Amino acid sequence: MARSYQELLAEAREVIPEITVAELAESVSADPGTLHIIDVREQSEWDEGYVPGSVHVPRGFLESRIAGVVGPDEPLVLVCAGGHRSLLAGQTLRNMGFSNVSSLVGGFTRWKQSGQDVAVPRTLSGDQRSRYSRHLLIPEVGEAGQLKLLDSKVLMIGAGGLGSPAAYYLAAAGVGTIGLVDDDVVDASNLQRQIIHTTDRVGMLKGESAKIAIEALNPDVQVNVHATRVTRENVLELIAGYDLIVDGADNFPTRYLLADASLMTGTPLVHASILRFEGHASVFMPHDGPCYRCLFPEPPPPALAPSCGEAGVLGVLCGVMGNIQANEAIKVLLGIGDTLAGRLLVYDALGMTFTELKVRRDPNCPACGPDATLEFRDYEAWCAGPHANPVGVST
Amino acid sequence: MSTVRIPPVLRPAVGGARELSVEGATVGEVLESIYSDHPEVRAQLVTDGGELHRFVNIYLNDEDVRMLDWLDTPVEDRDTLLILPAMAGGASASPAHP
Repeated sequence: MARSYQELLAEAREVIPEITVAELAESVSADPGTLHIIDVREQSEWDEGYVPGSVHVPRGFLESRIAGVVGPDEPLVLVCAGGHRSLLAGQTLRNMGFSNVSSLVGGFTRWKQSGQDVAVPRTLSGDQRSRYSRHLLIPEVGEAGQLKLLDSKVLMIGAGGLGSPAAYYLAAAGVGTIGLVDDDVVDASNLQRQIIHTTDRVGMLKGESAKIAIEALNPDVQVNVHATRVTRENVLELIAGYDLIVDGADNFPTRYLLADASLMTGTPLVHASILRFEGHASVFMPHDGPCYRCLFPEPPPPALAPSCGEAGVLGVLCGVMGNIQANEAIKVLLGIGDTLAGRLLVYDALGMTFTELKVRRDPNCPACGPDATLEFRDYEAWCAGPHANPVGVST
Repeated sequence: MSTVRIPPVLRPAVGGARELSVEGATVGEVLESIYSDHPEVRAQLVTDGGELHRFVNIYLNDEDVRMLDWLDTPVEDRDTLLILPAMAGGASASPAHP
C-alpha cells in the first residue's frame, strides 16, 4: 500500500530522535569535535552557509560516502534545510546500522534564524567545478585542494624546454598565479620542444608568448611576466610572494643562484635538467632535506657542462621532465604524496629507464650545513672554473 | 664484472658507449680500469693531484659512494656504478648570465 510523505516522516520520527538548535549549540560548545554534524543538503544550499564544523554529505551520496566520514557507533546529527530530509536520511543510516543518529529540528534555516554562527564556504564557481571536475574526484585534491592550487603562486624560471610543459600543465591544473622569468624571445629552433610557443609568435618575448597560451587555456590563472634574467640583485625580489620555484634554467650560474636563494627564503625548489636523452629531477625542501649543493657541491667546468644549444636535446624529453616538475610542484603545494625530496630521478629516454639515486643531506654542506653562512657569490665566475676564478672563492 | 653507466658528457671519451662492463673489486679499481682503457676519462674526472673532482658523483647502485667507503667501497659482480656529473640542462642558444 502506498504511503504518503507525511506518513514516511512520521515513521522516521518514531525512530530518529530530534534535537533542537539550542541543544545542538550547547552540545557543540560543551564538547567540540565529539558530535559529528552531517549536512545532507544539496551543493547550492551548502554554498549559502552551514553549521560550523559540519561535514557536507549530500543526501544522494549519503549511503556511499558516510562510511568515510563517521563510524557506525559515533554520535551524529543530521542537518538539512528544514528538518525533513535529515529525518529520512536518519532512517537510512539506521537501516545501515548507525546507532546514534539524531536530526536537527527546523534544520539549518532555524539554526540561522536563531542567530547562531554560520560558516560560509569558499567555493569553486560553476565553471570551475566543471573545469576541475577530474581533480575534484580525486580524494587527495578535492575542492579544498583545488582552492589551495588556485591560491598558490609558482615562480617558473625559464619559459623554454622545461618551462613550457611545466607552466602549461600547472596553468591547466589551476595554479592561480604563475610568474615567468625569461628575457629571451621565441626562436624557430625552440618550437621542436617549447610547446607553449607557436610559429606565429617567433620573435615575441617568451614570457608574453607563454602568457597568451596560458590565458587561452585557463582564464583563472594570473600570469606575471618577468622579462629579465635572474641575478643576485633581483632574485630575492622575484621570489618574494611566491610559494615555490620551478627551476627550468639553462645554465649552472642560475641554478646555483636559485639554490642559494631558495635556502635564504625558505622557498621549495623543484629541479630538473636535461641533455640529449637524459633528464634529472629532484625536489629541494630548504633545511628540511638535501639542497642542490648537497647533491652537487661544485659546478663542473664548462667543458663537462655543454648546453643543449651545443649538445642537443630530444624535444620529447623536455615534456617528460617538465611534467615531472609540474607533478612534484602540485604535490608540494598540496602537501600530498612522497615528493622527490631526498632522491634524484635519472631518466634515460634512449634506454627508457628511470633510476632513483639517494640524495642525503651533507652535514658539511657549504650552503645548508650548520656552519654555512649563505651569501651570494659571483656565480658566473665560479662556474667558469678555476682559471677564471679560484673555485670556492666568493667575489 | 660490474656495469658502469656513462653520462652523456663522458660518452665521447669512451667511444660513445652508454655502459661499460668493467673488472674491479673496489670503486677505485673499477675507475682505474676505465682510465687505463680510456685515458681521456681520467683527464675529465681526476684533478692534477689525483683526486676525483668534487663535481663528479659516483653511485654504487643507488647510494652515493661518499656515504660508503668512497673509492675503497667493494664492488660485486652485477653491481651498477653510475658516474654522474651535474647537468645544466636548458636549450638556450645564448647562455643566460646572472
